[in-house]
Amino acid sequence: MSAVKSLDGNPDPRDEIVEHLPSMRAFALSLTRNGAAADDLVQDTVVKAWNKIDHFEPGTNMRAWLFTILRNTFYSDKRKSRREVADVDGSFAETLSEKPHHDGRLAMRDFEEAFARLADEQREALILVGASGFSYEDAAETCGVAIGTIKSRVNRGRARLAELLHLNADDSMEMTDKATMAVVNGMIPPGRFSA
Amino acid sequence: MALPNRKSGLEEQIEENLRKVYQKTVEEDVPDRFKELLEKLKAQEANK
Repeated sequence: MSAVKSLDGNPDPRDEIVEHLPSMRAFALSLTRNGAAADDLVQDTVVKAWNKIDHFEPGTNMRAWLFTILRNTFYSDKRKSRREVADVDGSFAETLSEKPHHDGRLAMRDFEEAFARLADEQREALILVGASGFSYEDAAETCGVAIGTIKSRVNRGRARLAELLHLNADDSMEMTDKATMAVVNGMIPPGRFSA
Repeated sequence: MALPNRKSGLEEQIEENLRKVYQKTVEEDVPDRFKELLEKLKAQEANK
């Protein structure tokens, strides 16, 4: 096993932690829904990762490793405190962008409020797969569950969001497919129907 | 008529919004406390 100290000439993987801070903060916020709690969670994660760096296999996905520590810390804190620290209408809501959606489709604020109401496990699955670009495989490993479980959490999370936002697949098809339809219609060669 | 086979519009909207929620924090400046923390951890290491 290789030493982690940079004294021996090997790069210290811990130097890489700083690069992952922005995404760790985003993931932490999606779990805690509270800016101050999110940063405390990131701080605890950094300290743990620093001290457990021997458990990290160089060359593997450091972000997934850090996210695993972060979520384990989140759930173990939550078990310890036995209380819900969600602050759905308070500080999380304050961080929301107030500007209207550029095309008026889905108001961002409504979306974030609906998102904050999902079960933790659905929120994290959606963020990992839908936003942070994790593969289903990495997301499953990060959460310590089977790939199928992640897929079903993503699907249930999406369905719940749609329900909370009073959307259904048909309505939204109508809204977003107008442009597609226009293109499709425009591509029909003139005279096609008269042939 | 056959529309191009792709993700449903709903799924697309949800993903677009998820990315926005996430990106907003990713693009924020990381508070100084984290850089200070990493420096502190490094200094402790050096003194071991």
